[in-house]
Amino acid sequence: MATTEDIRSTLAEIVNDVAGIPAEDVQLDKSFTDDLDVDSLSMVEVVVEAEEKFDVKIPDDEVKNLKTVGDAVAFIERAQA
Amino acid sequence: MGILQDKRILVAGVTMDTSIGFSVARVAQEQGASVVIANFGRALSITRRIAKRLPDSAPVIELDVTDPDHLQTLGERVGEHLDGLDGVVHSIAYGNPETLLGGKFLTGPWEDVALALQVSAYSLKSLSVAALPMMTPGSSVVGLTFDGSVAWPAYDWMGVAKGALESCARYLARDLGEHGVRVNLVSSGPLRTLAAKAIPGFGDLESMWSDRSPLGWDNADNLPTARSVVALLSDFFPATTGEIVHVDGGYHAMGA
Repeated sequence: MATTEDIRSTLAEIVNDVAGIPAEDVQLDKSFTDDLDVDSLSMVEVVVEAEEKFDVKIPDDEVKNLKTVGDAVAFIERAQA
Repeated sequence: MGILQDKRILVAGVTMDTSIGFSVARVAQEQGASVVIANFGRALSITRRIAKRLPDSAPVIELDVTDPDHLQTLGERVGEHLDGLDGVVHSIAYGNPETLLGGKFLTGPWEDVALALQVSAYSLKSLSVAALPMMTPGSSVVGLTFDGSVAWPAYDWMGVAKGALESCARYLARDLGEHGVRVNLVSSGPLRTLAAKAIPGFGDLESMWSDRSPLGWDNADNLPTARSVVALLSDFFPATTGEIVHVDGGYHAMGA
């Protein structure tokens, strides 16, 4: 079972890969749009890659609720449970 | 054996697995076709990931329909994967949602309208002409429209662009007939794609659609539209061109 920190660090690598944001900036309290400047198209790409890496399905309607890195990590934890 | 056995198909306009083009590519592969998919700009990297979710991972090429170089080199770039084309699917449209859609009809600026018309309507002609040297008699071009003959809530300048697309398809059918190439459109009911979600107020239309359609309508199911596109690509519509096939649950035939 992956820990919260495992999921956060893997997600940080994805955000780094897609949007070029330093992985160490991708912390649980950070907002994707306001703090990390991840725009909607990059967010779609992050979601697609996260679905593959974590083997979960993140429905489009759910994506708008994932405002912070913490929201996304919590969603992935629930989806994997 | 499928209805597209040994056919070579280019599907332009695949971003997500919710894209209509993705479902078309999937059904085409299931029916025996070899498929190349295309997209442009930053969305291309999403397409490359999504292509792996098809039954057979499809080659992805870059195609910006407003870029003359991309159009001019289309043949050689498709040619790296397929030795010709039996079908082209145009699943491409763009209108700035901030300025042209969701009640912005009276204020939409010409520059944005011009781009919407170029990407959504003129591109059917550009793409078909670019692909023509690869096509042989019996080939088929299929595009996607949303009934452009009437005005809709929220759809605004994209509705005008669809009207232009429908007219463009008729003239293209006229001029490609001598090459034996068919040109048809599928007029689909509303589907919850990435593009549809960007249209402010499009949701109201979706709920009304399923109530009024004799067959009902599921806006999350791309399969009826995809199968109809594949049927038009196949040899089972050999004498049909310049046509708009409604795949909308029957909505278009009802007065209320």
